[in-house]
Amino acid sequence: MSRQEVLVDADWVAEHGSDSGVVLVEVDEDTTAYDGGHIAGAVKLDWKTDLQDPVRRDFVNSEQFEALLSERGIGNDDTVVLYGGNNNWFAAYAYWYFKLYGHDDVRLLDGGRKKWELEARELTAETVTRPATEYKAGEPDLAIRAFRDEVIASIGKDSLVDVRSPDEFAGRLLAPAHLPQEQAQRGGHVPTAINVPWSKAANDDGTFKSDDDLKDLYGSAGLDFDRDIIAYCRIGERSAHTWFVLHELLGKENVKNYDGSWTEYGSLVGVPVAVGDEPGEA
Amino acid sequence: MCGATQGGLSVQGIDVTKEAVIQGRVLRSGEPVSGAYVRLLDSGGEFTAEVPTSATGHFRFFAGDGSWTLRTLAPGAQTDRQVFASRGNVLEVDVLLDAVAA
Repeated sequence: MSRQEVLVDADWVAEHGSDSGVVLVEVDEDTTAYDGGHIAGAVKLDWKTDLQDPVRRDFVNSEQFEALLSERGIGNDDTVVLYGGNNNWFAAYAYWYFKLYGHDDVRLLDGGRKKWELEARELTAETVTRPATEYKAGEPDLAIRAFRDEVIASIGKDSLVDVRSPDEFAGRLLAPAHLPQEQAQRGGHVPTAINVPWSKAANDDGTFKSDDDLKDLYGSAGLDFDRDIIAYCRIGERSAHTWFVLHELLGKENVKNYDGSWTEYGSLVGVPVAVGDEPGEA
Repeated sequence: MCGATQGGLSVQGIDVTKEAVIQGRVLRSGEPVSGAYVRLLDSGGEFTAEVPTSATGHFRFFAGDGSWTLRTLAPGAQTDRQVFASRGNVLEVDVLLDAVAA
């Protein structure tokens, strides 16, 4: 996997964004950003209403995913370019999701919506409609998705990486400081997890750091690449960003995203929890 | 300064006794700047959160006790501002950007 196959920059989007076979998709938690202005031609995905089951806490299943992408006019052979706010957190989550359902050619716009805006590039509020397709989703690829029992079993054995901010890792904050809701019952982290905040993998403008910088980052943090790796955060979106870095940019095969993340783990009865800045004992 | 909410975002619906709120506006030449990005860095300089400013230039964070840095990014401008937050208080901060020459 090379960077060119999974990342595009703004110039690429300006040049190829309206090519046939290329679909731009803005993914947000709050889609009022899209409605106020988006990159020309981009369709939107709402992280919550489109990608989460409305009743159970889970993904939409493959039939729901097929219906969603068909309705948005995305075909199996299309090059899907995802971007969004929050430093591409939810776009990275959608990237992981597209991969989970077997989409071949998915890419992220490096820097997402923020870099586009900071460069004062054009946004439009024009309505975008694409002709419907008949999208076929694959079976979910569970090699990239971790569940709570795997996380518990990996304590002290595999590599757990908590990508939240240091204050959330330690249990001093329960959520990112702009989202006080959606908290777990307990603060802290999974024992033996190391803390490498997702933000260390990105520059201030939201672009990813170089491969060499990324290798140094996880190497010096003590992440053991020879063991299976599970990344988690609060709801699985920031850890999808780190999953993208480890699996797609650095080409590590044995990496899963635990999308239940701290809002699930920190509310489980009877599981071990560590508080404070250190990983803690198994 | 504490609790001085005149002109700031309403804190209705927020239990301010439990939160260390940091909120305010981003201004350039006295005018609110919408679509600027304000990031909250902890005392170690580590990213904690980031929000774009609203149409009226407002932003808000729910922090914790202690020292924080507000790093503001806007087209052609970047500025850091150190603030101190404490639970039970709403800290109002105006971030001033340099006027743009272009």
